[in-house]
Amino acid sequence: MKTNLRSTKPHEWAELGTFKSYFFGFLLSCILTVLAYFIVANHVFTGTAIIVTTLACALVQMLVQFIYFLHLGKESAPRWNIIVFLFMLLVMVILVFGSLWIMHHLNYQMMLPEEMEMHMHTHEGI
Amino acid sequence: MAEHIVSPHSHHHDDSHITSSKTIFGFWLYLMTDCILFATIFAAYIVLKHGTFGGPSAGEALNLRSSLNETLVLLVSSFVCGLAQVAALREDKRKTQAALILAFLLGGLFLWMLMNDLTLLVQGGNGWQRSAFLSAYFTLVGTHLMHIVAGLLWMVVLVLQILYRGLTIPTHRRLLCLRLFWHFLNIVWIFIFTIVYLWGSL
Repeated sequence: MKTNLRSTKPHEWAELGTFKSYFFGFLLSCILTVLAYFIVANHVFTGTAIIVTTLACALVQMLVQFIYFLHLGKESAPRWNIIVFLFMLLVMVILVFGSLWIMHHLNYQMMLPEEMEMHMHTHEGI
Repeated sequence: MAEHIVSPHSHHHDDSHITSSKTIFGFWLYLMTDCILFATIFAAYIVLKHGTFGGPSAGEALNLRSSLNETLVLLVSSFVCGLAQVAALREDKRKTQAALILAFLLGGLFLWMLMNDLTLLVQGGNGWQRSAFLSAYFTLVGTHLMHIVAGLLWMVVLVLQILYRGLTIPTHRRLLCLRLFWHFLNIVWIFIFTIVYLWGSL
């Protein structure tokens, strides 16, 4: 049986090739990058708000690229890619937040008495 | 669209798709573990960020404007790499190669810009030995840079392979893995841009 190249490619590959999906992802990513830069460069917000908005921009852009560039979620069952991806996210969250929590706690416990007094004064209102 | 749909019965006897999809899944697993590698380096960076030891802080040492340019250049390179995939699925060998070469040049430009920034830091006496913050910064950006260099080498090899062997199933598979790798590096860079450069300049 003679087959041409197109029919010898796994059928799920066909989903990867639309110009529209790449262009849409690219446009959204550009907007989100410039938006995050604009927020920081012009001091649109202050304090925690600026951290939260820029992090939100990054997370949305990550999602956009995973969907429009990496085509996550377009595979057919049993969807191993997305299962591994979600497990990776779980490990990552435990790793990053766990580390930061431990180190923050360690800093807190290791403070000198005068530092502690200042910390309580400024951060805990005592 | 209909011409892309191939009935699953037509290639039951051919193992090459099964090998291909296994390879791609294996590569996906590698990318996910690489994400965890980067997550640990990010955690270390955030912990050590304030340890400047009298040296410059992130806001003083890093140039926000040039990091925006680098981010946009890498984003365009990632997009062009996607276009190589589009061309390859249309069996357009010439456009596939052109897109790969363009992605390579843009990636090279990104590398050059970043190397310039890092060289300036080291020449100003703010190398990785200066403080815990700069050690963490160079580790994070340096690890990303090594990945970029590997991706650029991969592009050169792939362009030559497509030139000599054409768009066969193995070259298709390699292009797909390369594209995943390149997009993944761009996603990691988004977080370097946000956490290191944007938050650093606050």
